[in-house]
Amino acid sequence: MMSADFTSNFWNLYVIVLVVFGVGLCLFVLMTNNKRHSGPVEVQPHVWDETLAEYNNPLPRWWLYLFWATVIFSIVYLAIYPGLGSFQGFLNWSSVGQYEAEIGKAKQKYDPIYAKFRGQSIEALARNAEARAMGGRLFATYCAQCHGADAKGAPGFPNLTDNDWLWGGAPETIVQTITDGRVGVMTPFDGVLSAADVTDVANYVRALSNLPNASDAAQRGAMVFAANCVVCHGPDGRGQPLLGAPNLTDNVWLVSSSQAQIEKNVREGRNNRMPGFGDFLGEDKVKLLAAYVWGLSNK
Amino acid sequence: MANAQKNSHEAIERNVALMIVLTLLTVSVGGLVEIVPLFFQHSLTKPVVHTKDAQGKPVQVEIKPYDALRLAGRDIYIREGCYNCHSQMVRPFRAETERYGHFSVAAESIYDHPFQWGSKRTGPDLARVGGRYSDSWHRDHLINPRSVVPDSNMPAFPWLNRPVDASMIKEKMQTLRIVGVPYTDAEIAAAPGALTGKSEMDALVAYLQGLGTALSNFK
Ligand code: HEC
Ligand code: HEC
Ligand code: HEC
Repeated sequence: MMSADFTSNFWNLYVIVLVVFGVGLCLFVLMTNNKRHSGPVEVQPHVWDETLAEYNNPLPRWWLYLFWATVIFSIVYLAIYPGLGSFQGFLNWSSVGQYEAEIGKAKQKYDPIYAKFRGQSIEALARNAEARAMGGRLFATYCAQCHGADAKGAPGFPNLTDNDWLWGGAPETIVQTITDGRVGVMTPFDGVLSAADVTDVANYVRALSNLPNASDAAQRGAMVFAANCVVCHGPDGRGQPLLGAPNLTDNVWLVSSSQAQIEKNVREGRNNRMPGFGDFLGEDKVKLLAAYVWGLSNK
Repeated sequence: MANAQKNSHEAIERNVALMIVLTLLTVSVGGLVEIVPLFFQHSLTKPVVHTKDAQGKPVQVEIKPYDALRLAGRDIYIREGCYNCHSQMVRPFRAETERYGHFSVAAESIYDHPFQWGSKRTGPDLARVGGRYSDSWHRDHLINPRSVVPDSNMPAFPWLNRPVDASMIKEKMQTLRIVGVPYTDAEIAAAPGALTGKSEMDALVAYLQGLGTALSNFK
């Protein structure tokens, strides 16, 4: 790491001394064991079991050369890469530097491709085959795990192809959704509404979308709805894009239209999050994504 | 025995104490050079990350210790073996940062004892998962992953809705304080209270939602 990274210069010297000493010791061992003996191989002085003696053979040559090679490698390595304390090495290599070079190269390669889309409107990009294809690939990479490969959504993740919007489908609204993310919050009504009220209002919600319901319960539910739900979902239940409160009259559902799921939504409330991608992907990619998403509903 | 001391290695082989000392020295060089200095490097011992914002301006980000609930959640993460399938280590390669966000840096795991870097990715890396999904998504996903990700092969953890065990939380925080996590007496005293009425699920989700958020606005 950078020299300033050690708490004191002692550690810089400590590493250098130990490394140099270690390499030096290897060299010393190599040099002192380098000689080739002429004449008969000497026998070690110890003897077991009356006759069992041990030769003092020199180190095998191939092994010795390998050892030399590792010592030379380490010296070259320590000269060009960081290893000797705070010394960066002559290549000035660092993992951050390598990463930034990789990013820089990619930027150089891909920037011109994005540059040609910069002045264009979302509507124009949605009609441009190349931009649409790029947007589609970006979508498959960054969005498909939540919204599905076909963008038709998944339980809790909205369908993006049906021109039915929580937050609004104008091009600039979609850009804002992708850039900053969205948090759709519905307060839980457990403890606020009685179990009967919850059943009633759920029946009313189903009635709004013309689904089978118990009509007397739905009638009672209308009052519960008027008292508790209109602030967000609007007096006629058509939703409010400023809050991301969905239109409840269009038979389009985040999870399901079942009585049980609607009651669960009311009891437990909802807390749904679309992560923001602005900082992460940058303006250019967000724009292509917005064009792709807008194009799905505006063919 | 006349030529007993002729070979230099003979002296070492015949003196067991010397042999032991030299062996120990040899095997400890790696640790002395590569491990010991790590304890004396700012980037590895200070809860501060130096990075750059979107405009390339240098910024400092402070890393905070886990609060009591997240700490309990981290223990559940370890107990359930989540680390067997999930790493928490975004490596400094474009292929990784384009998917997950800013690469992981040492200071981010400074309060992790033990760290949760992991070594295998059956599921995605979780180092930057905080804030990515809603709490309720995490709940549904942990109770039954197939309910939100139809093709998921992550196991279900349906028992997590039981109350979280608060009996040892003070001791855990005191122990962590010994190894350098700066919990105050007040924080430790308040810890059991912070866990009352919470489920293991609450704790685990709180832990997940905090992961990597210190750097999630940087690239
Ligand atoms: C982690 C899951 C997740 C990912 C990844 C994700 N989204 Fe979303 N998205 C959501 C959720 C959840 C919502 C609904 C938010 C709400 O309920 O208010 C949403 C809402 C939206 C909306 C608003 C829909 C409406 O009806 O107003 C758009 C547009 C959108 N996402 C586009 C994208 C794009 C483009 C990407 C890829 C860059 C993406 N999303 C990635 C979860 C995700
Ligand atoms: C604070 C504002 C708010 C209030 C009050 C509110 N809602 Fe909601 N509601 C929302 C939001 C926002 C969503 C979308 C949540 C999401 O994106 O998952 C939602 C979603 C729903 C859904 C699911 C819709 C779907 O497409 O699946 C139903 C059903 C619902 N609300 C019914 C009600 C009822 C009934 C009431 C009154 C008892 C009510 N809401 C009160 C904000 C509110
Ligand atoms: C057998 C391996 C396995 C184990 C054990 C496991 N997971 Fe997973 N996990 C996966 C796979 C595979 C996925 C991707 C599919 C999905 O989203 O369900 C995943 C996805 C996730 C995600 C979503 C990540 C993202 O960015 O989309 C989270 C959060 C998660 N797991 C948390 C956990 C937690 C917490 C535990 C421990 C309680 C755990 N996992 C245990 C395999 C596993």
